[in-house]
Amino acid sequence: MPNLETFRSELGAWLDANAPKTIAGLVFGESGGNWGGRRPTWDHPDMKPWLERAAAKGLTAPSWPREVGGGGLEPAEAKVFAQELARRRLPPPLTGFGLTMIGPTLLRYGSEVQKREHLPRICRGEIRWCQGYSEPDSGSDLASLKTRAERDGDCFVITGTKVWTSYADQSDWIFALVRSDPKAKKQEGITFLLIDMASPGVSVHPIRLISGASPFCETRFDHVRVPVGNVIHEINAGWTVAKALLGHERNMIADVFGAGERKKGSRGSVLADLAREYLGGEGAALPDPVLRDAIAQCEIDERAFGLTVQRSRDAAKAGHQPGAESSLFKVYATELNKRRTELMVKIAGPAALGWEGPGFDAEELARTRHWLRARGNSIEGGTSEVQLNIIAKHVLGLPD
Amino acid sequence: MQLVLTEDQELLAKTAADFVAEHSPVARVRQLRDVGDPDGFSRALWKQMAELGWVGIPFPEAVGGAGMGLAELAVVLEALGRTLAPEPFLSCTLLAGQALLHAGSEAQKSRWLPPLVAGEQLLALAFQERRSRYDLRRVATQAERAGDGWRLSGEKIQVLDGASADALIVSARTAGAPADAAGITLFLVPHGAPGLAIVRQHRVDSRATALLTLDRVTVAAGDVVGTLDRGGDLLESVVDRATVGLCAEMLGSMSAAFERTLTYLKQRVQFGVPIGSFQALKHRAAQCFIEIELARSTVMAAARAIDAGDAEAAKLVSLAKARCSDAGVLIGNEAVQMHGGIGMTDEHDIGFYLKRARVAEMTFGDAAFHRDRWARLSGY
Repeated sequence: MPNLETFRSELGAWLDANAPKTIAGLVFGESGGNWGGRRPTWDHPDMKPWLERAAAKGLTAPSWPREVGGGGLEPAEAKVFAQELARRRLPPPLTGFGLTMIGPTLLRYGSEVQKREHLPRICRGEIRWCQGYSEPDSGSDLASLKTRAERDGDCFVITGTKVWTSYADQSDWIFALVRSDPKAKKQEGITFLLIDMASPGVSVHPIRLISGASPFCETRFDHVRVPVGNVIHEINAGWTVAKALLGHERNMIADVFGAGERKKGSRGSVLADLAREYLGGEGAALPDPVLRDAIAQCEIDERAFGLTVQRSRDAAKAGHQPGAESSLFKVYATELNKRRTELMVKIAGPAALGWEGPGFDAEELARTRHWLRARGNSIEGGTSEVQLNIIAKHVLGLPD
Repeated sequence: MQLVLTEDQELLAKTAADFVAEHSPVARVRQLRDVGDPDGFSRALWKQMAELGWVGIPFPEAVGGAGMGLAELAVVLEALGRTLAPEPFLSCTLLAGQALLHAGSEAQKSRWLPPLVAGEQLLALAFQERRSRYDLRRVATQAERAGDGWRLSGEKIQVLDGASADALIVSARTAGAPADAAGITLFLVPHGAPGLAIVRQHRVDSRATALLTLDRVTVAAGDVVGTLDRGGDLLESVVDRATVGLCAEMLGSMSAAFERTLTYLKQRVQFGVPIGSFQALKHRAAQCFIEIELARSTVMAAARAIDAGDAEAAKLVSLAKARCSDAGVLIGNEAVQMHGGIGMTDEHDIGFYLKRARVAEMTFGDAAFHRDRWARLSGY
């Protein structure tokens, strides 16, 4: 494809001229990178011009249409863009739930007015979004949610509490599921609504996890007035939108825990290298045969999972319908990550018991927090048990 | 590496599935067992499979083969595995056939490969001993110089299709002690050679295996297969290929056992409802589904890695065998448990799957063996 190579060289020239050299190779944690918003934070001063220049070129959302601020790139071109970023070790110019969650949802379900209002602001990194799904009494049974949306003229009046609203304390807008018809069957009385967090009556309270500080918050709505024009899709049809978005979220989680880990693994055995630090035995079999077997098991399972993700993608590229295999991504990837983080703690032994303070390496403390945080992987975004229910019902056809 | 079937492979899968449905129900395996068939498989069916081109899939056209790879053979073996078909692909097409193809002399290849590919003559590979467990290089069978040739003495166990083979390839020690990695050589020994005794062994899966006793069996210098003293490396690469074939068969068997179990879960009523509505069983069924999907990816990857000569191929073979061994046994056990009392009866077919799963698990190394090999190949 000669056009693609022309595209690559032009893009490369633009990146060389516009991407600040200072940010190449920067490594971010879970919450790092450019998330944008009205109160942005920068990991490096040059991350700001990087965002601005990329946004002006449409490269914060490379495959979105140009008229909403995207780059209008074909899939093959978007892949070249990702490759050229990786080759220069450049961080993505923008990240966050606007790009990964609400943006794609608006592209599919939003009205023209809504797209014009929100998508360009997402592309420019001006608005940071968070998600309001779970409630204190609605976890796995999400459709039982109770946050009230009462009609008052051109507005809905929202009252209720959302939990696990990641980064709500730093976000400007929230997309939320609300109960607009309390009399309808539970899935049928839900509306998908966009809410400006600056509205009177919204309050945010951070949640501390067993792993310490966290991006999670509890977000309360006390008679918050939201224009009816902020409804996505149709009133009482929010469950359809939510399911589409949840499927997307679960695939994303699989990517993060599956493909990502596999890439790391292919550069050598991270787990075995860690075991050498604590067990020694350079150049021979690891001295603890039980840990050695557990490491091999974990690596084998990661590889098998990575290959399954690849098989699913290869089948899609070959034009096949999505296979049943994608239904296992979320449950397997998160259970695997739990197993892996637990194994890392076991490898370190007593050195993994530190909470903070002297006598522990920073990596050791981080590893321990990471293990605790990972316990939530099989709870957030649909518990493993709910995922198994979905497989049993929708893939295997087992009766209710 | 593309983990998706090509159009030709899909067509092959369809042909194989149709053939199995028409000619090879599980009842056939039961029949072969109950009459005590000396071969343990159908020679007529084997000939048909040769005519379809399946026996010769991984052989060059010069010897009558199809010039294809393990990716294609795996598609056929998966279909055959679904009904536990016992035809001698492992012994002929993979073990002995691949040893000759990759290391045999021109004379050996032209003598044996055309009739093997045509389904007219059978070969077997004798590599296991009573104390070798999964170690291909733990060989006590001795080969002594005898003039220009060799004299072989020792014992080989569970030789797949050994009693039916027209010739056997036998591993023997030409140098070193029984536990040494080096010093192993492969020899071609014709059926009926003086001093060679072959007795049928009976295993739980009722497939035909043989106990071989070699008492000063004389072979010529030209009967050495491959390089003297280097038979260990040859065995490992040949067994790697056979392992991928076995994994494909296991994939078919576990898929079929699981599908039969799912049907049962939907039909069997207790407490007034189908037992498949119980969450305790649903979640375990979902876990079985996950294991099969992962196993499928590893088998496809291992077959393609060998076909491509990938440097990582041996690791991927161990990946596939580790996963298929664990998954096969899990599903065999769950299948019997979920069938309840009927699953324990010989009358029901599901027990055949459990027995074959156990044998397949322990053929060419179990899951723990392959995790150990994975670790070793990964440098830890």
